[in-house]
Amino acid sequence: MSEMFNGSFIQDRVDVCVVGAGHAGCEAALACARLGLKTVIFTVSVDSIALMPCNPNIGGTSKGHLVREIDALGGEMGKNIDKTFIQSKMLNKSKGPAVHSLRAQADKAEYSRAMRKVLEDQENLTIKQAEVCKILTKNYSCYSNKESIASKKITGVMTFTGAVYECKSVILCTGTYLKARCLCGEAITYTGPNGLQAADHLTESLESLGIEMRRFKTGTPARMDGSTIDYSKMEEQFGDDKIVPFSFSTNPENVQIDQVSCWLTYTNEKTHDIIRSNLDRSPIYAGIIEGTGPRYCPSIEDKVVKFSDKERHQVFIEPEGVHTNEMYVGGMSSSLPEDVQLAMYRTVPGLEHCKIVRNAYAIEYDCIDPRQLYPTLEFKDIKGLFSGGQFNGSSGYEEAAAQGLIAGINAALTILGKQPVVLDRSQAYIGVLIDDLVTKENLEPYRMMTSRAEYRLLLRQDNADLRLREISYEVGLVSEEIYHKTLQKKKMIEDEICRLKSTVIGAAKENQDFLEKHESALLKTGTNLAELMCRPELTYEILAEIDPKRKPLPEDVIEQVEIEVKYEGYIERQMRQVEQYKKMERKRIPADLDYNDISSLRLEARQKLICYKPVSVGQASRISGVSPADISVLLVYLEHYQRT
Amino acid sequence: MKTDTIAAIATAMSDSGIGIIRVSGDDAVMIVDKIYRNSDQKRILTKYATHTIHYGFIIEEEDESVIDEVMVTVMKAPRSYTTEDTVEINCHGGILMMRKILDTVLKAGARIAEPGEFTKRAFLNGRIDLSRAEAVMDLIQARNEFALQSSVKQLKGSVSDKIKSLREDILYEIAFIESALDDPEHISLDGYHDRLSEKTEYIMRELNGLLDSADDGRILKEGINTVIVGKPNAGKSSLLNILVGEEKAIVTDIAGTTRDTLEEVISIGGITLNIVDTAGIRSTEDIVEKIGVDRAKKISESADLILYVVDSSLPLDENDYEIMKMIRNKNAIILLNKSDLDEVVGEDAIRNLIEETGSAVSENINKNINENMNINISMIRTSTKTDSGMEDLINTVKEMFFHGKLSYNDQIYITNMRHKEAIRDARDSMLQVEKSLEMDMPEDFYSIDLMSAYASLGSIIGEEVGDDLVNEIFSRFCMGK
Repeated sequence: MSEMFNGSFIQDRVDVCVVGAGHAGCEAALACARLGLKTVIFTVSVDSIALMPCNPNIGGTSKGHLVREIDALGGEMGKNIDKTFIQSKMLNKSKGPAVHSLRAQADKAEYSRAMRKVLEDQENLTIKQAEVCKILTKNYSCYSNKESIASKKITGVMTFTGAVYECKSVILCTGTYLKARCLCGEAITYTGPNGLQAADHLTESLESLGIEMRRFKTGTPARMDGSTIDYSKMEEQFGDDKIVPFSFSTNPENVQIDQVSCWLTYTNEKTHDIIRSNLDRSPIYAGIIEGTGPRYCPSIEDKVVKFSDKERHQVFIEPEGVHTNEMYVGGMSSSLPEDVQLAMYRTVPGLEHCKIVRNAYAIEYDCIDPRQLYPTLEFKDIKGLFSGGQFNGSSGYEEAAAQGLIAGINAALTILGKQPVVLDRSQAYIGVLIDDLVTKENLEPYRMMTSRAEYRLLLRQDNADLRLREISYEVGLVSEEIYHKTLQKKKMIEDEICRLKSTVIGAAKENQDFLEKHESALLKTGTNLAELMCRPELTYEILAEIDPKRKPLPEDVIEQVEIEVKYEGYIERQMRQVEQYKKMERKRIPADLDYNDISSLRLEARQKLICYKPVSVGQASRISGVSPADISVLLVYLEHYQRT
Repeated sequence: MKTDTIAAIATAMSDSGIGIIRVSGDDAVMIVDKIYRNSDQKRILTKYATHTIHYGFIIEEEDESVIDEVMVTVMKAPRSYTTEDTVEINCHGGILMMRKILDTVLKAGARIAEPGEFTKRAFLNGRIDLSRAEAVMDLIQARNEFALQSSVKQLKGSVSDKIKSLREDILYEIAFIESALDDPEHISLDGYHDRLSEKTEYIMRELNGLLDSADDGRILKEGINTVIVGKPNAGKSSLLNILVGEEKAIVTDIAGTTRDTLEEVISIGGITLNIVDTAGIRSTEDIVEKIGVDRAKKISESADLILYVVDSSLPLDENDYEIMKMIRNKNAIILLNKSDLDEVVGEDAIRNLIEETGSAVSENINKNINENMNINISMIRTSTKTDSGMEDLINTVKEMFFHGKLSYNDQIYITNMRHKEAIRDARDSMLQVEKSLEMDMPEDFYSIDLMSAYASLGSIIGEEVGDDLVNEIFSRFCMGK
């Protein structure tokens, strides 16, 4: 047992305190420090900075998009994985450009070490190993146009040893550490991931500030000693021949490394039998776990129970790094007891003689319903308090980093007296992620999915720089030089598309011969190069033959030209939808609006609106229980409100 | 900012001499111009000055055939009700003609106005005085609620089942595509192109079928919405059974047997009645029964005709008072049932009750009862045991109908137009899927238009998209690490 120091003393005065040094905390702290603010980042263990306690990869479907966007906005995740990856793959390459997604296997230890070095080298940033136990606030009155509203404001944090850090802003990135407990069958330890110290005191302080907490759970599979695995019974999974880096600032030539392989094997009926006959020993099925788990990364127990007609499930064996033998067993997370785990894993081809280094376990932790936050990720009721990552009820390294970055940017901009940054659903996956979190009801840890992005044709991983560089330049996280490069790229793309559209191709014999050669319909009348490029069988490269005036262009420019031209019809349709969407987003709702004044609103709608205080009519329309008619009523009321 | 263009029938939906279709929005003139020809067969609407009225014809765009002879008024922004460009088509009245012209306007590029939308636009554009904001909001909410109610209520059971099953089919396909996009290492789309082609063809066929039926109104329940009310054991279910001619409702001597509402479509003398038997109305503590009673009250609110069954062998009580309050200002027939037993309640007692409840028709009901059909409430003696009085009942309903007291709900035609537009939108989205399939586009493009089709169909049965997709993905497909 530990005992908290009863007194307190002022240790330091800073601008921002970041609680937690996981993927959210690192981005938040770096953003604040880079914007010139004096920042302290707290962690229960300096050795666990940017730890990857679950899967050993960064990116993947839709998560790869997030990393690209983080990079375009001036975040660190993309650059860090480019330095430390050991295999890379572009997923969904056979599908449309909107769903291409980059995923890299990381060397976990290297990833962590490299990020720690970036933090250490960052000006204005201090790393402090300490458990933050208390958030300090004071009451203050803010005046809206009608009346004064009493509210709370951040003044600092206090650590376990009584050290007080006075500050203007606090960013909570506590991940899975708050009141964490890990379950492996009947055995329960009160620790964070990997046996790290849990943070048991902060929850109480947050609750006393009026923050509502809830409990989520997640899980991770076992790690095997690689020397006990028989790879000859598995299918080898290679990386891509040509590696694409995550960061727009990484030179592709510098990442063409020798890659390691992953391995594919399968569960079978024997595996499933063992699981089924031991379900009563699973803490989830026995009812010991109260937290809500994510449906998209189900434990192997869940898969076997819910999809009982499936004869086998895939198992990916992935290296944890190059300097370790440990292998991650993707697809088989579990909270079954150790003896069952071993028996279960040993039924899988290639794992017959495996030795477990670290057991699989489930972890439960405290987090919040993020509808207590504005889209800036600031708490609605506590000025200067921001939060990001799993604390907000999300899941995944990338989701965490994205929120950490936005929370960091907005904490800094607020201190600097500037307008905060809110990305909308048509600008970025990050916008979709945060809007979903702060608007919709989430009953499980939230994971990004491409199907959640309604304008995904516009939100491609390949154009994140074109979408977001301008914003990060204005914020101050991207240099003038990089910004100008992006502007140049934009211009080259526009000019080339314009040229293609105006280059007439007549029905001359050489053109018809060319089309015949590529099994494309012959021309009846003249057309232009852009029109021809829309044909599935013709690409920019193929058309070079009948396009002698073409100037050499960088590869990334050609990629954009090709996508913009080929999918123009679809892209235009989405742009029109975005126009409609933006109309409603632009209609702001004053913070002091009293919904009780609007008698025509249905009761359910009124209650929800009072509770969740949407910032725009658009956000209001996405709250469940608010009907289109309620929105019409709200529009009429706002018009009335503004005119009087 | 460009606003989309809306259209609706501005006059009452009745067989009056003249009807007006109103079109408002930036493209109003351009859209009507496509389907308007002047007396010289020329397309010149765009050249007319504002606030002028013109003789001409509305034509079918495809074959230039004439639909109706009309007068068209052009009012340019900001001098119109909505302050937007507005065109009003004065056509020959008649429900069919007005629907046909509205449909033509919709096909030319307008969309059907939401309930209360003209007024909403007029207000938002500053045309309506601020003091009326409250009234505008009430109107919008009330009209929407009514439209939503009637939209779902009037849809034929078989049609709404069809739409639900098509939506399920579509959602399954989207979920399959999306789960493969999100988890390509676990779920493969090999060979999917052909499967989706077949599915798309099937859905298109079904949607076209629905569109055809929508054209002649076959997707909606038509008929007079009739509700049977009365205290428990007054003989409501027996009445329904006689009218329907089969044992449908549970009939016992125990009060409170009909716990829910039963619904039947019957035809008497060529008039269709959608007839609903409700749980007996009396103050009740039983929860199941209470729900039935609440529903009965709700259904009665929107009914065209109420049949109030009174047990004439028992004295009136406060429940009768409640029912009488419910039916005032409504078309109602009071059945003094159980005429085979000794009469405790006579016509005078009912008259007194009507006066007591202050029904709006109470002044003239005394002289009119059983005489002519110019009033709303009439009275008949019946016995559901001996079938006596049934002839009178049928004659009374027929007379009420032919004297114009009862008519099919106006809203039904508007509902039909809305449904049709939604089905057409869904069909167009599926056409787009077909096109993407033909062009061999990558799979992620299919799901965009499948989703639009799913949303359009949902609007017909009053269902939103919400988390449907994510839930479907996780319940159908085994995903993830």
